[in-house]
Amino acid sequence: MGSIDKVSGPLVVAGDMLGSNMYDVVKVGKAKLIGEIIQLKGSNAIIQVYEDTTGLRPGEPVETTGKPLSVELGPGLLTSIYDGIQRPLEVLQKKSGAFIGKGMEAPALDRKRKWKFNVEKGVKKGLRVKPGDILGHVQETDIIKHYVMVPLGVDGTIESIKEGHFTIDDVVAKVKSKGASTDVRLMQIRPVRKAAPVKTKFRSSVPLVTGQRVIDTLFPVAKGGTAAIPGPFGSGKTVTQQQLAKWSDADIVVYVGCGERGNEMTEVLTEFPELKDPKSGKPLMQRTLLIANTSNMPVAAREASIYTGITIAEYFRDMGYDVAIMADSTSRWAEAMREISARLEELPGEEGYPAYLPKRLAEYYERSGAVESLNGRKGSITIIGAVSPPGGDISEPVSQGTLRVVKTFWALDASLASARHFPSINWLTSYSLYSGALEQWYKDNVGEEFVLGRAEAMRLLQREAELKDIVQLVGEDALPDPEKVVLDVGRMIREGYLRQIAFDEIDTYTSLKKQNLMLGAILNYRKRADEAVRAGVQFDKIASVKVKADIARLKGVKESDIESAIKKVREDTDREFAALSKEAE
Amino acid sequence: MKFEVNYSTIESVAGPLVVVGKVGTASYNERVRIRLPSGESRLGQVLETTSRHAVVQVFGPTDGINIDKTSVSFLGETFTIGVSEDMLGRIFDGQGRPRDVKSAVSFKEKRDINGEPINPVSRAMPSDFIETGISTIDGMNTLVRGQKLPLFSGSGLSHNELTAQITRQAKVKKSNEGFAVVFAGIGITYDDAEYFITEFRKTGALSRTAAFINLADDPSIERILTPRIALTTAEYLAYERGMHVLVILNDMTNYAEALRELSSAREEVPGRRGYPGYMYTDLASIYERAGVIKGRKGSITQLNVVTMPGDDVTHPIPDLTGYITEGQIFMARDLHNKGIYPEVNPSNSLSRLMSNGIGDGKTREDHSNVKDQLFGAYARAQDAKSLSSIVGAEALSDTDKMFLKLGDEFENRFIKQGFYEDRTIEDTLAIGWDVLSILPESELTRIKPAYIEKYYHGHGKPAAQKIEEKKAEQQDEKPGDKDPSHGSGRQRKATITRRRK
Repeated sequence: MGSIDKVSGPLVVAGDMLGSNMYDVVKVGKAKLIGEIIQLKGSNAIIQVYEDTTGLRPGEPVETTGKPLSVELGPGLLTSIYDGIQRPLEVLQKKSGAFIGKGMEAPALDRKRKWKFNVEKGVKKGLRVKPGDILGHVQETDIIKHYVMVPLGVDGTIESIKEGHFTIDDVVAKVKSKGASTDVRLMQIRPVRKAAPVKTKFRSSVPLVTGQRVIDTLFPVAKGGTAAIPGPFGSGKTVTQQQLAKWSDADIVVYVGCGERGNEMTEVLTEFPELKDPKSGKPLMQRTLLIANTSNMPVAAREASIYTGITIAEYFRDMGYDVAIMADSTSRWAEAMREISARLEELPGEEGYPAYLPKRLAEYYERSGAVESLNGRKGSITIIGAVSPPGGDISEPVSQGTLRVVKTFWALDASLASARHFPSINWLTSYSLYSGALEQWYKDNVGEEFVLGRAEAMRLLQREAELKDIVQLVGEDALPDPEKVVLDVGRMIREGYLRQIAFDEIDTYTSLKKQNLMLGAILNYRKRADEAVRAGVQFDKIASVKVKADIARLKGVKESDIESAIKKVREDTDREFAALSKEAE
Repeated sequence: MKFEVNYSTIESVAGPLVVVGKVGTASYNERVRIRLPSGESRLGQVLETTSRHAVVQVFGPTDGINIDKTSVSFLGETFTIGVSEDMLGRIFDGQGRPRDVKSAVSFKEKRDINGEPINPVSRAMPSDFIETGISTIDGMNTLVRGQKLPLFSGSGLSHNELTAQITRQAKVKKSNEGFAVVFAGIGITYDDAEYFITEFRKTGALSRTAAFINLADDPSIERILTPRIALTTAEYLAYERGMHVLVILNDMTNYAEALRELSSAREEVPGRRGYPGYMYTDLASIYERAGVIKGRKGSITQLNVVTMPGDDVTHPIPDLTGYITEGQIFMARDLHNKGIYPEVNPSNSLSRLMSNGIGDGKTREDHSNVKDQLFGAYARAQDAKSLSSIVGAEALSDTDKMFLKLGDEFENRFIKQGFYEDRTIEDTLAIGWDVLSILPESELTRIKPAYIEKYYHGHGKPAAQKIEEKKAEQQDEKPGDKDPSHGSGRQRKATITRRRK
């Protein structure tokens, strides 16, 4: 047992700490605040404390638990909301009311609740098992089966296993390894700062379908891939993240609110239970888990929240699920690192951030991936990280460190946001390095024409941008008619396709089928308009074609009615242009 | 009975910091009393404590402190203030001591000024409208109970007038619910403080206001306390007394500068432009105290003035603020120069929680549509304007000319309003429809046909305009109203300066 020597903000120096290890969790002071050793110097340990240190005094005791910072993994994780060190906020509320008190301890998982444990087929006494092997499952929510796996480090033969109703602490199986017998419970514990082992990682060729047109069509992310959303404030980072959490076709969603607004977490908490998963029709909350360490909660716990989230994601991935983790915002995590680093009086790197920032960012994003887990099941973790660059300038260290490792870049644009064009993902500066790898999937599952359509749309938007520069100087009237068509169709793609209203009941989610049909209708319009111009039709006539308004309204058409609506729009387009061409002759 | 130990072991004094040796058991953030040889006493707080010494920041000047004859006692508690409902109608200094001549305030309870973070699970979604009586805010960027919305301004702009007007006019729709304003002047000049106090007194707003004023020449370290004291008072009024409290922190730029001063005195590694790396966290500990809590009646809404140095929104203070707050109200110099008050630029402004607080039963059914249409139309007007500056107004198409006209109307009738003009949300929407009547029905693409049927009074027939003008005339002639604030912004400014002389 050591004692406090110095307190400065979230940092505590304790003496007489010989025997404790780097990254051990410690209980600090009489209030037993939770902390973690982040430096050892002689017999002194430097500790970052995950709670407010007000009131701590030199001389108070410090006790090490001898264990690294870990999370509890087992049934009951889903639908929960935790703080950065996995304390359940619902339980804290019961204990200390609306404000979070100090030195509160609460187990992450409910110790009393009983779960029905079903033993997997073929799993019986005498079976040889390795870490990660599946012993059985618990139906955790209506849509998610929670598989109970042999904990990491346990390797041997099953001595006993039983079915029935158990709490997470009850022993459901015993595994004999190297002469000793290990108890297996519904719950296991993993350290957060170490990536869990997998059998192999592979390149994914399946997209994470998000129902957001600009993402799915132009800049898709693969299941197991990484994406960054940098943008200045007000550009819609959080709304985009929330849209992905709601509508992406992942099996499990881990949403980490890292140093962001309290009201945003409230929004998620009030909205998600009411939203229905388009696939299963069940409340979205049943596949979701929230980690909320808002900006006014202790800064060291904010640093930990990212790791807590990814460790839970790995656990579900090992069961064979596709997991998506949203981190909003990684900049706040980096700032927490910077704050701790400054208090440690480390030599600062760029903009005061510690020199190890790029390494930490890379380590984090490398925990993503499509994998074959130790038990042979295929799962994936997709990481989507929001970045909040100061002043929206992405030349700063966090954005740059992130862009070096992620493969999809959704650049949020302040000028689009101020024109109320949402999602404000800039189509000229964003990119996705997965487009090639996913092409075959799109061809097989959506249609060949979609891949071609995407390329055409990108070319059009690029051309439109060039033309707009010219228009700035000479006015639109000075352009020849074919160019005017480019501007016209460019506007249609931007307004009628890329722009998507998150708060609209129908527009909030668009299936790939509908995306394909919508894009097809716009490009059909383009084809006809080009033909008409070649046939000598004046552009003024084309500009006032009636069907344009109908195409713009396609996004508001229900999924069930889209085919007939598209059919009508395409027919109208063809008819109107045919009439124009005829007139011109 | 608490036992106080006096230490006469000051080792060094530098800037606002005093290092006290041989203490050993000072607790972090503990409150400290420093007794000067002159008998005067000052308050401080422990910033760092070790088994050998304690570093104390002094809330006040450090002159007169000497090494051998000054004693320091550690009070065994964090910084607390007494709070009660009697604080309404009173004016305090930046440390919470009465600044007006009235008697001392009797306190109901003592509270730690640092507060505790609200459990995200316990928050209720802000969803009720606060009427400020300002069209550009109520109509375009609605303030919602429990929201934190900064006023991004610049030196020379009318943020003081606007906050004074809001303090006077703000109300919640259901009038039976209690409403209070907590005003914190942080590092404001004597002139401005005088202006606010006179305004509050003159208009009767003071009776429901508690004002904490830290003047520009008060110790800057005191500015660290002022917003926290204001918010602690607000929390008591909101969560214990069930009131809806609007907190106005004016000006957070001065707060952030005090934070930087303290950080540099502690010789910390500076972040961007010398501000400490933890400024985001520190600002969040203030802004995040806005909110609504499940099961409690009251709410805390924040309207914070941030003057942007050099009108630069990427400066760390507005930048970090914008990342924490739920939107921003943007004041524009070009509107100000055109003589428009309040010079709020609706295109840069944003209220993130607006959609929760408007609509049928809260404001009016057509509010959201009207807002969208006005945003869209004003943006088109701006485009037309920039085009006309290149090709000349003559060369514009008829449509562009129409939007140009709409832009002018929007600025001069919707944005511009009198300093004493309190518009209800119905007034605001009526003016909005007036402005939109410049457009033909076919251009109103963002409004549901049913609302067009009900509220649109036809292309070129601004029926409500006349009613509105009449109303404005009456207001102009209101007896006793000598403030000529209906003139241009520039004129108004000039008269204020004159009056203060």
